[in-house]
Formats: sequence, structure tokens, C-alpha cells
Amino acid sequence: MSRSKFLTLLLVTVLALGALNIGLVQAQEPVKVTITCRCVVGGVNHNLAVWLTTFTIPTFEEAMAAQGTPIDVELVEFGGGDEQLKEQYALDLSVGSGYDIISFDGFWVPEFVGAGLLKPLAEVVGPEVNDWEGWGHISDGIQAILSYQGERYGIPAGTDVRQIFYRKDLFEQAGIALPWQPTSWEEVLDTARTLKEAGIETPLQVNAGTAMGEATTMQGYFMVLLGAGHHLYDFDDGKWIIKSQGILDTLNFYKTVYVDEGLGDARMQLLQDGRNRSFVGFRDGQIAMLVEGDWFWRSVIAPGSETAVENRNEVVGWAMMPAKEPGAGYRGQDFVSISGGTGWLINPNTPHPKEAWAFLSYMSSRDQVRAFELMQPRISFRDDVEVAGDPVMTAMANALLQYSTVRPMLPEYPLISTEIQLMTERVVSGEMSPEEAMDAFAEAVTEIAGADNVKTLE
Amino acid sequence: MERKHAIFPARVGIIFLTPAILFVIVFLLYPFVRVFLLSFTNQTLLGTTAPNPEFVGLDNYRHLFNPDRWMRLGEFGSALKITTQFVVGSALIGQAGMGMLIAWAFYRKRGVLREVVFTLVILAWIIPETVVAFTWVAFLDWEFGTLNSVLETVGLGRPDWLFERPLQSIILFNSWRGTAFSMLLFSGALETIPPSYVETAEVVGATAWQKFRDIFFPLLRGHILTDLILITLWTFNVFTPFLLTGGGPAKRTEVVSIYTYRTAFMGRHEFGKGSSIAVVMMLINLGLALIYLASIRRRRAT
Repeated sequence: MSRSKFLTLLLVTVLALGALNIGLVQAQEPVKVTITCRCVVGGVNHNLAVWLTTFTIPTFEEAMAAQGTPIDVELVEFGGGDEQLKEQYALDLSVGSGYDIISFDGFWVPEFVGAGLLKPLAEVVGPEVNDWEGWGHISDGIQAILSYQGERYGIPAGTDVRQIFYRKDLFEQAGIALPWQPTSWEEVLDTARTLKEAGIETPLQVNAGTAMGEATTMQGYFMVLLGAGHHLYDFDDGKWIIKSQGILDTLNFYKTVYVDEGLGDARMQLLQDGRNRSFVGFRDGQIAMLVEGDWFWRSVIAPGSETAVENRNEVVGWAMMPAKEPGAGYRGQDFVSISGGTGWLINPNTPHPKEAWAFLSYMSSRDQVRAFELMQPRISFRDDVEVAGDPVMTAMANALLQYSTVRPMLPEYPLISTEIQLMTERVVSGEMSPEEAMDAFAEAVTEIAGADNVKTLE
Repeated sequence: MERKHAIFPARVGIIFLTPAILFVIVFLLYPFVRVFLLSFTNQTLLGTTAPNPEFVGLDNYRHLFNPDRWMRLGEFGSALKITTQFVVGSALIGQAGMGMLIAWAFYRKRGVLREVVFTLVILAWIIPETVVAFTWVAFLDWEFGTLNSVLETVGLGRPDWLFERPLQSIILFNSWRGTAFSMLLFSGALETIPPSYVETAEVVGATAWQKFRDIFFPLLRGHILTDLILITLWTFNVFTPFLLTGGGPAKRTEVVSIYTYRTAFMGRHEFGKGSSIAVVMMLINLGLALIYLASIRRRRAT
């Protein structure tokens, strides 16, 4: 072989290999999709992170690679609080960036849509999202969690209910008969007094204050207010209720618990990391009764969590939150609850909307949701997936969904919710009397919503 | 030959200055004008006022100074009051006082003790904020904090620092944090005093207080003024208390910087209202800076 022939051959070989290599790279270069949520392996929402990283993402990537359209999904864990996550989203979306799939609390949607930061799912991805099989298995009520003005913005992940969790061991210690189900506020307070006399440090914790953010409004204020007979908002005439005997009763309930009788620990409501302190307090048996959502049961004190209660199923009981008196609650109910909901949105700034949708619809499919259900039984958003293997969770859902209501899906709501947190903070810290706090609240809400959109209940 | 001393013609000088001028325009002048204009709108980041902000005239300023409620916790007047207490307590008394005390204690002394004290004080000044804040939260914690462990051992009880005495806590913290600047400035200034003055005073039997009052204070007056104005300016705008208390409990440590942050960068991100606070703050800072400049000028003149 002459030297020139050899060189030609070498060149051809190299070129051919190079071309092949380029071809291979093109076929294999996967599209990158990012997903983020307030979930950390070994931390908050541990199960969610584990489900995504060890189950959903690997099986999805495998299926996509087999189809010849490889997609890489990366979970970005967020370890901060809900309010901080919201801040992060607001800033990310306003500069046209952010992760491709983002977990979202339903009540944030109107504010973000109003600001032009979100677009309907069908607009971000394309009309094909409406053909997804899943919609047929999600009730309208649950679809409403991430819908606004008739448009779907994402796929919900589930809903919840709220109730009183209590420690049976402390109740027994105080000689209170089990199972316990109070039928009035007075009964709740009497139980707390009995516990206090028996030497329990913090008999009853009802969330208040600005540091806890939305947890104050949902787990605290709403649970008391609904029992006092009305909602925050009148859905019939579209007005916010700014002054009423019900609001005063609610604030006086807080005053009794935190200021007058010290049945609850105000410190926990006013310090920065109060909610975590309440979790730890419940775990360590300092708190006997805590009003919380079912998330508390299935994630916070569940086995494997850092605030897990040992022998949870034996030690922890739950009761429905009673109205002030039987029949005196919202819509004449004896018991009250309120539901929220979270889900997943596709960032309108994503460079890969189709791929993001492929993953989102995959993780919301029946098989995937069922897999999560086995890790963490909860009220599923799909009617073809039942609460699996946790009779307590099933019982809570069955008992409370009928009594439950929701927040108004309005852009003003988050601002008014902040005013609620401030109002409870002023009472719990002793800065204001219930009357003064209600007046300040009324003034602030009137400023936010306009005088035509508020009303006083006589 | 009129430009005998100029190395470059004026035009070249302007070219050299251009980057600096551009820098000032882009990063100082433009934001200032923008913040000023924003402060007359109801611009937010979330909600319908985000894409369609309206001109609201002086509403934001009226809101800040609404006499019915501006002194309520969590409002502007209350924030100003807390900031003033914080500045007086931590900067004027804490940092300047401690700085003077340490500088005075080690005046004309050398040795290991001085090096150790100076190093520790400077260390407290140069460690990153978040690290410092974290250690202080651990230090002040009610149940597990180092401070309370010590206090309890010597029988002084277990005060709930961040809950019952939040303002005192952040004052203590900031005094510890920033003493280094005053200490260095004063110890430098003390070196400039001729030793003969002090020696003469000692010969005639002056007490320490007399020496301080009649020699050091008059000679250091200018430095003291400079120090006080500078640390007032800094402390006025400091944000670190947020890392300790978040402005709480119940807004009792909400200094103006935290109030601004809460308005402009939390909840709905009310940029309009936040800008109006920034404008008022800017005016206050400008006032302080003018006093500072005037004092320097007066010192040069004398």
C-alpha cells in the first residue's frame, strides 16, 4: 500500500466514523426537562421526592429511550417554605425563566394569571392536552384546583381535609375517655383545661400569626371561623365579610387559648420556625391537640419523617373540628373542614413544552399515581385510584369531604389571607383586643377589595 | 502654551471618564429615577396591577404616613422608631462605645492580649453574615442556646431572648458584629496624639477621666463625629436582623430595611409602595451624608 493510498483510507475511515458518531449523538442527545417541588429526599415531602427519583423518572426515561425520543428529567429539590417557593416562582417567571414543571398551590393561580405570568395548559403545550385520558378521571371540583376562569393551568396532585389531631397517650394520662369527638368549642376548651390540669405543657395549638403564612389561614383561622357560622367570602353576592359576630367569636377563641388561659403556646405562633416547632412539640408529646391538614398525618408524622411519631397509628387519634355549637357552623353544619389542593404546572417559558407535558401526563397516569398511593396513601385526584392501605386516611376523607369547603379563587385572596394572619397575630401577641384587630382587618380589606366588595354581617 | 501642564488634551480625558460616567448612569442614576417614578404607581409583581400599573399620585406616601396607623407594629412609623432604637442602641452606644473602650484600654500597649482582643473583634466583623446569624440563633436559642446554658449554670435563669427581648437581642448582636470599625478608627486616631501631652498630664497627676475629657476627647472629636455618622448610615440600612428574627415576633424587630423587603419582595411584591419607602429612606440617608460631608469640610477648614 502506497503512502498516499494509506492516508486516503485513513481519512475516509476517520470521516466515516466521525459521521457515524455525529449521527449517533444526534439520535441519543436527550432533551432535558426539569421539575421542581418543595420536596427533599430525607426532608420535607420525602415520599414525593423518592417517588419521583426512584420510580417515575427512571421508568419514564426508559420508556422514552426505547421509543427513540430520549428525555432526561431532573428533579430540583426545594427545601425552603411554601412562601419562599412562591417568591422564587414570582421572580423566576417574571424574568422569563424557571424550571419546566413546577409544583403549585392552587390558590396562587389567580394572582399569577392576573400578572400575566402563567398561560393555560392548552396554550403552552397545544390543544392535544385536552385529549389526555386523565381528565375523564378527575372530578370538576378537583380540576378547579388548578383552573381559573374556565381554563386549565395544570394537573392537580390531590386535595386534603383538616381536622384535630390528638395524642391518645396524653389523653389517657389526663383521664379523658377515648375515642374523643367534641361537639362544641366549649368541649374542646374544657378538654384542653383538663389536660392543662394534668400537667400537659401545651394542650391545644391552633395556628395563628404571619410567620406560618397560609398555614395560619387554613389550619387555624378558617377552621375556627367556619365553626362560628360563616365563610370569609359570600359566594352568593361576591363580597368579603369584614365584620361580624363570627369573626369576633373566632378572635375571642384565640384569645382564650393563647392570652387568657395559656392553653396554647403563643411563642410557637410568633417565632420564625413555629410550624416546625409545633411538629416537634407534637412528636415529643408536649402538644396534645393540633389542628392540621391530613398532610400532617401522611407526611409530617408518618414513619420515615424526621418528625415521625413512633407507633403513630396507636398513639395519634383524630377528631372532626366542631362548630361553636351543634348546627352553628357554616351552612348550618355540626362540623367543619376546608380543603386546598396543589398540583403541577408547565412553565410558559419552557423551551420544551411537549416533552414537559409528556412527563407530566405520564406521572399523572393511573399506574404512577397508584405507585405513589402505595408509598403515601392520600386523597387521590383520580377517581380510578383509591386511598390504599391506610384506613385512617380513608376514614378522614369519608367523614370530612362532605363538610369541606374551599377558598375563593380570586386574585385578592392571598392579600386578604395575609391580613387574616396579621389579625390573628395581633390578638395572640396581645397587641390588640379582638375588636381592635377586627377593625384594622376591616379597614385593610376594604382598601384591598374596594368598599363595594365588602360587607358587614349584623 | 496654555495647556502646559496637561498630559492629555481635554477630549482624551473625557474618553477616560466615559466608562465611569456610564457606570454611574446605568447603575445609580437610572435606578434612582426609576424607583422615584415607580413610587407614584401601584406597580406589583403579582396580580392584575402587574401588567397594568396605574399612576396613583401621592397615595403610596400617604399610606406610609397615615397618622391613624403609621405607629402600629408592622407599619412605617413603627419601623422608623424601631430602626432609631436599633441605631442608637447598637451603633452609637454599642459599637462606638465599645470601640472607644477597647481602643482606650489598649492605648500605647502592646502584647498578646491586645492582639487576641483585636483579632476576635475583627473576626466578628469579617465573617459572612449568614454564618454569623446562624451562630447567633444557636447562641440565643431558648432551649438549647449556649447563652442560656451559661446563664442557668450561674443561676440567672433562662430568658427567652428572641421572644421576650427581641430588640435587645438584635442590638446586642449588631454591637458585637460591628465594633471593629470604631475600634480600628479610634485606636488609629489615638496614635496621632503626641505622647508628650499625656506624659505632661501624668506628671501633674491627672486622673484617667481627666485625661480622656481634656486631651483625648477634644483631639478626637472629628474622628468621633465621622465614626458616628458613618456607622449610623450603615446601621440604618442593615438587613441582618432579618436572619435572626425575621422582623418578629409580631413585627417587634421590623426595622425599615425589613419593612421594605416585606413590602416589595414578599406577598404580592408591591414595587410601587416599596419604592416610596426607598425614596424616603434615600432622603434620610442623603441628609446623614450631607451632615457627614459638612463635618469633614469643617474639619479641613479648622
